[in-house]
Amino acid sequence: MIPIQKLHYNLEKVSMGLVAAIIFAASIGGIVEIAPLFTIKETVEVPEDLRPLAPLELAGRQIYIREGCYACHSQMIRSLSDEIDRYGPYSLAAESAYDHPMLWGSKRTGPDLARVGRKYSDAWHVKHLINPRHVVPTSIMPVYPWLMEELDTSLLSAQVSTLHRLGVPYDTSQLENVKTDVLAQSQPDSDEAEGIAKRYGKDVAVRAFDGNPEKLTEMDAVVAYLQSLGTRTKEPYKILSEKPK
Amino acid sequence: MTTHRSRSVSPDDVDFKDGIQEVDPVTGYDTTGHRWNGIRELNTPFPRLVLVILMLTFIYSVIAWVLLPAWPIGKSYTHGILGLTQEGEAISGFVAIEKTRQSWLSRFDKPDFAALAADKLLLAKAMPAAVRLFEDNCAVCHGQKGTGGPGFPNLADAYWLWSGEPKEIAQTITVGINSTDDDARFAQMPAFDSLSRSDRKKLADYVTALPQGKTSAKDPASALFADNCAPCHGDDATGGLENGAPSLADHSVIYGQDRHTVLTTLAHGRQGVMPAWSNRLSSAEINLLALYVAQLASKQNERTK
Repeated sequence: MIPIQKLHYNLEKVSMGLVAAIIFAASIGGIVEIAPLFTIKETVEVPEDLRPLAPLELAGRQIYIREGCYACHSQMIRSLSDEIDRYGPYSLAAESAYDHPMLWGSKRTGPDLARVGRKYSDAWHVKHLINPRHVVPTSIMPVYPWLMEELDTSLLSAQVSTLHRLGVPYDTSQLENVKTDVLAQSQPDSDEAEGIAKRYGKDVAVRAFDGNPEKLTEMDAVVAYLQSLGTRTKEPYKILSEKPK
Repeated sequence: MTTHRSRSVSPDDVDFKDGIQEVDPVTGYDTTGHRWNGIRELNTPFPRLVLVILMLTFIYSVIAWVLLPAWPIGKSYTHGILGLTQEGEAISGFVAIEKTRQSWLSRFDKPDFAALAADKLLLAKAMPAAVRLFEDNCAVCHGQKGTGGPGFPNLADAYWLWSGEPKEIAQTITVGINSTDDDARFAQMPAFDSLSRSDRKKLADYVTALPQGKTSAKDPASALFADNCAPCHGDDATGGLENGAPSLADHSVIYGQDRHTVLTTLAHGRQGVMPAWSNRLSSAEINLLALYVAQLASKQNERTK
């Protein structure tokens, strides 16, 4: 019997030793696959034009997480040709660099949402979230009529500060104006609405998302968030426009 | 070899070191030498085929290290001599998909709709693709058959706000209506909350009665209508000015024309949005969809005749 075989025979008789040996052997694969992702530069190259979420969009993201949307909707277009054909340019890791946690998901009961921003009108999103069957008769998505209730913004400033501490580049003026901006983004006719474009760029949608600028609802937040998906950087679209002919 | 041990002996006492390996007479395999109450354990060797396949995978992995991206080196990694990436493969696959489509889709680059509609061979290939395009992009609002719903226009009827010509439909798809596109078609029903409540009620009654043709010029509301509504909806309320204002004399208003809805519209206004598709669809795809949508409507017309 060769020595290595003998070692194995002996190891099998010490159960905790065997467990330790299995963990050691399996972790080699993990370390080789995962550790380099933290050192290789190419893994996440944050595009210059990537903007952080505006406060109202961030509030929508919190509701997206609260309602468990990620359980049925992924936000990651895989780098496969058919995915590109159906959804648009594949997702870059860097697109979710400012997402804590990221919401890639892996299960698609509903369609991927990574590029859903600007695809449908706000009115459609509102109707669809209140009852998906109103617009898509065959849909199996649950109803979310309670989103028409008022948005609780009491934690929002703290959430933005937390993200800032995690490395999301909110600047001082963005951090100071959270309370103003969250309201202004759903009130296009207010004096404060201009501040959104100034602080977050002119591409940010400033609209009465739920159709009523008087009341700030969770619906405003969720629709603002959905309309921002895939629109926060133009980087992924460059890949397709630079493709070989 | 001991053939019998007393039950008081624990299995731990009999191990590889102490136990006796023997050959099982039935299978011809070695036993491990372990014994539990007289039950012995076969030491069946690993199947040779599996070993061979395992070795082959090892050999392949060495080849793959050379050909494909494999080993991390600090801030970079070995790219492999084939220079393949997952992303590059996806893109070239997508380019190949587009190329197979291009053989017939390129015909739609030029919006010569009369010639396209006459080419039956082309349409036999293109229309199934148009159905899929419509379902992927348009159906969530306009319905799978294009019949719309409350707040979303029916594309399969004879009523059009911006003309049902394929050329105009293509323009609508490209820039959208009230969309974020700079050239978007613009249409707004303003809120008439400046009118008194009683005036709005009178107007609502008047507008609700329009499709039935039960209105008269003597009605005091007709003066209200002429002052406030006629500039967009036309003096006889039949629309057709291609400014997004519908005819109020038929049943084509997408929000409905019952009294309650009309009152809501008067109080809050309406500004429906059709997104612009120029960033998502190629101009050939848009032309294809425009032709498909125009045919949806004409098919419906043939049926009603």
